Amino acid sequence: MSGVALRARGLSKRYRIGASQARYKTFRESLTEAVTAPVQRAAAALAGAMGRGPRRVAEDEAHVWALADVSFTIAEGEVVGIVGRNGAGKSTLLKILSRITEPTAGEAAILGRVGSLLEVGTGFHPELTGRENIFLNGAILGMRHREIRRKFDEIVAFSEVEKFIDTPMKHYSTGMYMRLAFSVAAHLEPDILLVDEVLAVGDAAFQKKCLGKMGDVAREGRTVLFVSHQMNTIRKLCGRCLWLDGGKLRMDGPTVHVVSGYEAGLATVAADDARRIEGGNLPAQFLAWDIVEPRGDAPNVVTTTGPLTLRTTLRVSRPIRRGVHGIALYNSENQLMWAWAKYDLTLEPGRHELLYALPGLPLRPGVYWWHVSLSDEGTMLDLWHCVPEMIIATEPLGHPRDEWTGVLNVGCTLEVRREAREAGR
Amino acid sequence: MSAAPPHAPATTLLIRPSRGLSALNLRDLWHYRELAFFLMWRDISVRYKQTVLGAAWAIIQPFMTMVVFSVFFGRLGKIPSDGLPYPLFAFCALIPWQLFSNSLSEAGNSLVANQALVTKVYFPRLVIPIGATLAGLLDFAIAFVVLLAMMAYYGHAPTAAVWTLPLFVLLAIVTALGVGLWLSALNVQYRDVRYTIPFLTQFWLFATPIAYPSSLVPERWRALLGLNPMAGVVEGFRWALLGSGHAPQALLAVSVLVSVAVLVSGLFHFRRMERTFADTV
Repeated sequence: MSGVALRARGLSKRYRIGASQARYKTFRESLTEAVTAPVQRAAAALAGAMGRGPRRVAEDEAHVWALADVSFTIAEGEVVGIVGRNGAGKSTLLKILSRITEPTAGEAAILGRVGSLLEVGTGFHPELTGRENIFLNGAILGMRHREIRRKFDEIVAFSEVEKFIDTPMKHYSTGMYMRLAFSVAAHLEPDILLVDEVLAVGDAAFQKKCLGKMGDVAREGRTVLFVSHQMNTIRKLCGRCLWLDGGKLRMDGPTVHVVSGYEAGLATVAADDARRIEGGNLPAQFLAWDIVEPRGDAPNVVTTTGPLTLRTTLRVSRPIRRGVHGIALYNSENQLMWAWAKYDLTLEPGRHELLYALPGLPLRPGVYWWHVSLSDEGTMLDLWHCVPEMIIATEPLGHPRDEWTGVLNVGCTLEVRREAREAGR
Repeated sequence: MSAAPPHAPATTLLIRPSRGLSALNLRDLWHYRELAFFLMWRDISVRYKQTVLGAAWAIIQPFMTMVVFSVFFGRLGKIPSDGLPYPLFAFCALIPWQLFSNSLSEAGNSLVANQALVTKVYFPRLVIPIGATLAGLLDFAIAFVVLLAMMAYYGHAPTAAVWTLPLFVLLAIVTALGVGLWLSALNVQYRDVRYTIPFLTQFWLFATPIAYPSSLVPERWRALLGLNPMAGVVEGFRWALLGSGHAPQALLAVSVLVSVAVLVSGLFHFRRMERTFADTV
């Protein structure tokens, strides 16, 4: 069994509310603080000595805990995803672990060299050439001059910008800039790599290359902590996930469970936005969608692979004689999963419920989007990208390993039968 | 999967809130020394990009100041120059002054200018003002060549004490870094500092015996001038290069003490403020 690479105990970070307040402190405020701080500190120390936690320090309203009492342990070679909504504390956690900012309370112990990638291309200077920036950026990321020189050709080859390596970077396209930036970062060789959403750059082909590189890093036995909003990426790369919510660690476990839970959690919040604002003078408008009698706790979460009924609400303000109604389902990568249409539809003015009976949606767990449309005699009357998204939160039935998760979620049984002819021999 | 990379050091890094005075952690700084040089090199190579006159700016600034001083203070104001030609007298002091004031303002603004680095990557923050301070040395070297040319023009050979010159350069750098550390750390929290720096250097310029000789100050008070370390630097330059006056011992001793005190206090203040840089910058 491998050892512990990282252990965090009670990590907490407190920020002042209102960035401007924190930034432009007046001298008077600072003076007051200088006088009162030692007193408060002494009181806190006293409280600590009396067995109360450090979390109890001055919890006044001008502060917010970006991270509150987060504890976890990560073993060597583990690839761990961190999920959570914006402001849940993901970046704060990475910033603390990469020593950019200090925790307010708690501690973390890290074994080995830490490399952090909170942004690609940090410190690139537009006036300098690609070559010069590789050395500068490498040094900023903590590489030695010798190390950069050794890997230089590899970095340039990976970035695919050989031709422009001696051109000032201000003449680079965004794609070239990002490619070079990621290449430098990808050639860091830390024991523990902290990555924050940097893969969301560049074109699809390069993203794939980056993901491949990340996968290599993971397979080499390095420990990786990876923040992303791309659940597919998380599913692909990480065996385990931490779910941060409001600065607290809400869930810690196998990726499949945590991600499903997180997506279901997202849904309950998004449901508030589900209803469309009614515009009075439109000829037709889809107003809402839901799943009839959802077995889950939200009307947009599917928890069964069996039959289900979908419902949309449609308001029509003029008679529809030769209507065409289309419905399509896309996955989060905007790939069409399924589409269907009804021709020669007749509708009278008023509100209508459209019910769609489906034998099942055997799709793998994740986020999906419905699109519905209505046209009459060739004129598009309404096209709605339905909100909220649909969450499929069923148990994965396919291959147990994440890298073999396909599009469908279909179970399978295997029967091994000996051929009669052979058996009789 | 379980095998640790072969180069894994068995060191454990402990992250926890720090309290009170922070240690200077010079070992960490030493590990990142290459970065300081890279930042210095970046500042130097970027400084005169897309300018017409380029590195000539390093000469124009002190040279024009010298011309103005010579006309108004030397010619019209009839300020004594210890028996030296006034232009040479002024320029010899302006060169180290320029090094000091440029390094000081670069260092003072360095943390804010490198905001993106401070909030995204870890390294000892001291590297930033150090790199910014050292970047002034190239301009100094260029202007120094002009000074040598002027000395040749006026037929002044350097004195035997010229070997002490690097020490005065060092004194100027240490002073600039010390003050720069204070200012850069304050600048993170109070942006007023950015507007204070031009004032500060202007006042400081006239508080330093550049346009006038220190011999204007009565003998028994002269060591007090040394409370301004730049007085020690300027006097040292004139003494080592032009042979004016005698070795400014008492004054210099005071200057060195003050300079070191500013540097050490600046280092500790910087380290103390460092933990909040990423949050407040």
